[in-house]
Amino acid sequence: MNNSLKQYIDLHDENLEAINAHSAPQLIGLRDEARQVLENAVLPRKGSDDYEATDLNAALAPDYGVNINHVDLSRESTTKFRCEVPNLSTCLYYVFNDTFRRSATAGQSGDPASVESFQATKHPEVLAKHYGTVARLENTCTALNTMLAQDGVLIYVPKGVATTKPIQLINVFDANARLMAVRRVLIVLEDDAKAKVLVCDHTKGDQQYLSLETVEIVVGRNAQLDYYHMEESDEHTTRLSQLWVRQEEGSNVLIDGITLTNGYTRNDYHIDVDGQHCDTHLLGMAIATGEQHVDNHTLINHNAPRCQSNEMFKYVLNDNSVGAFAGKILVKPDCPKIDAYQGNRNIVAAPTARMYTKPQLEIYTDDVKCSHGATVGQLDQEALFYMQTRGISLPVAQKLLMQAFMSDVIDGVRLDTLRDRLRHLVEMRLSGDSMICESCELKR
Amino acid sequence: MLKIKDLHASIEGKEILKGVNLTVKPGEVHAIMGPNGSGKSTLSAVLTGNPAYTVTGGEVEFYGKNLLEFSPEDRAHEGIFLSFQYPVEIPGVLMSNFMRTAINEKRKYQGLEPMSATDFLKLMREKRAIVDLDNKLASRAVNEGFSGGEKKRNEIFQMAMLEPRLSILDETDSGLDIDALRTVANGVNRLKSNENATIVITHYQRLLDYIKPDQVHVLYKGRIVMTGGPELALELEEKGYDWIKEQVDNNQL
Repeated sequence: MNNSLKQYIDLHDENLEAINAHSAPQLIGLRDEARQVLENAVLPRKGSDDYEATDLNAALAPDYGVNINHVDLSRESTTKFRCEVPNLSTCLYYVFNDTFRRSATAGQSGDPASVESFQATKHPEVLAKHYGTVARLENTCTALNTMLAQDGVLIYVPKGVATTKPIQLINVFDANARLMAVRRVLIVLEDDAKAKVLVCDHTKGDQQYLSLETVEIVVGRNAQLDYYHMEESDEHTTRLSQLWVRQEEGSNVLIDGITLTNGYTRNDYHIDVDGQHCDTHLLGMAIATGEQHVDNHTLINHNAPRCQSNEMFKYVLNDNSVGAFAGKILVKPDCPKIDAYQGNRNIVAAPTARMYTKPQLEIYTDDVKCSHGATVGQLDQEALFYMQTRGISLPVAQKLLMQAFMSDVIDGVRLDTLRDRLRHLVEMRLSGDSMICESCELKR
Repeated sequence: MLKIKDLHASIEGKEILKGVNLTVKPGEVHAIMGPNGSGKSTLSAVLTGNPAYTVTGGEVEFYGKNLLEFSPEDRAHEGIFLSFQYPVEIPGVLMSNFMRTAINEKRKYQGLEPMSATDFLKLMREKRAIVDLDNKLASRAVNEGFSGGEKKRNEIFQMAMLEPRLSILDETDSGLDIDALRTVANGVNRLKSNENATIVITHYQRLLDYIKPDQVHVLYKGRIVMTGGPELALELEEKGYDWIKEQVDNNQL
């Protein structure tokens, strides 16, 4: 056990009664098992396999406060927060620090699809059935989350239901002290269900925050899910996120991880494709300047034949930023007719920026089509000069090329209004403009 | 408008231009011809500020200003335009966005407000007609997937949009069939006025049937070794460059 883990185990051991007292009952069962896993866990050293660029021990080392008594920490300034994404009409919910809130534009109580906190859900049987069935405790961060989790957000779309509006969940950090939020999300789409989910991370104030997030997603037969995550936090924020997906036969899933501003981020994506004839799209982008650190680690397990997966992550790195990508596609034995592609393309725009990339294919079946490509390079000098001869100044030309570089990831968004919004956000981000809307309470 | 005096330039330490002298006045068309490797494209690259080339001596004056001090974009704003021999493909950057950015950057340089969307579309439509450029190309990425002819027409379209004072056409005829050549040449001629000038770099006399030069220069071994009227181009077409090379190599020119 490393020192960083010890403080959390001690916290658990000393406060178990209070933790359970303020917990959704369905979360208690796995707590002890998670505690046992952590007893013997060793946080990987930076530079070890799968952690080439990220130091988990250092990320977990600060003495963060954990809100085990589940006090409502949300401040008045936060509760006034509104995200005015133009034309993006969503059913909107918040998680202020670690507390779930409905907004004025939340879904109606009569809606067949529901978005609720674990503690107040009207579907405790769904939570009990699926909680902890997709995420695996062998992942240390998931174990840590499971040991401390008390509440979370359940998005439940019953059989055959297609949500009309996208579901938007905004995570906001705003506290008076250094804080760790143990965030948990469970998304269950039953057979033939359809939903689009957008999750945004924002940060307010100058405190140091840690978001320890585990997301579990179950996608039933022939169901279709789009899950977009957009991080727009700040340099004081650390995000350790594990996203676990299980796809059943004929399902179609798009996962899109976008990092526009952040501090220190490690996102793990584990997708188990368990049924035949599934489509899996895993997209991501990162735009990093200053000291930003963005590490995306992906694993797609093809456990069933006749499926397609398409993966693409793109990074533009500047200043002293660090980017990392590791992607593995694993085709299990007896899984013919898999068609899988993985790509990672990176522009390192400053000599002081660093990119680590590790593409991997592991194939145990004949008759599959799998390929990958990883590139690290600079902007095309010829294209820059061509634009300059048309009077486009060098910084503007660079911005246009970076925007163009991201265009296929932006175009991968299957929600028109979000795609336009993202294009605009990327443009503002590349121009160095503030991405926060004029009316936003988060504006500093 | 343009005065080049004893211009020397090199790439990766190798001297390509070894003392070029050339004066261009408004309303004139100059043709620069010469065998492969004589420095024709280097001259156009140096005039537009390509960072791959280093100027090692001489001066270039454009309307009284020292052109060599300007960045490539400011040279464009001052009114210099290069039609590329090999136009660059820029995947993901739409022609319309590219052109609007270019126009507005120039307007900014001139202290003008950005052009309105309506005016811009009107301008695009008007200028597209000059080279018969398909509307569809405007909504595609810059030069991406364009045929050879479309790329060259696109160059002249950009020239029409930016209204330069001095246009340099670098082997605009290469890779064009006769119809496309005529379209492109007609486009250039329609843009010609008493206020602007053109430098045509070409291997072949054929383009000069359409774009009539006032002066024809022969560039060889990094210097202009001979200047004449349009008849010089015809003579070169007939006799080739050997007789000029011989005279230069025997120090007779």
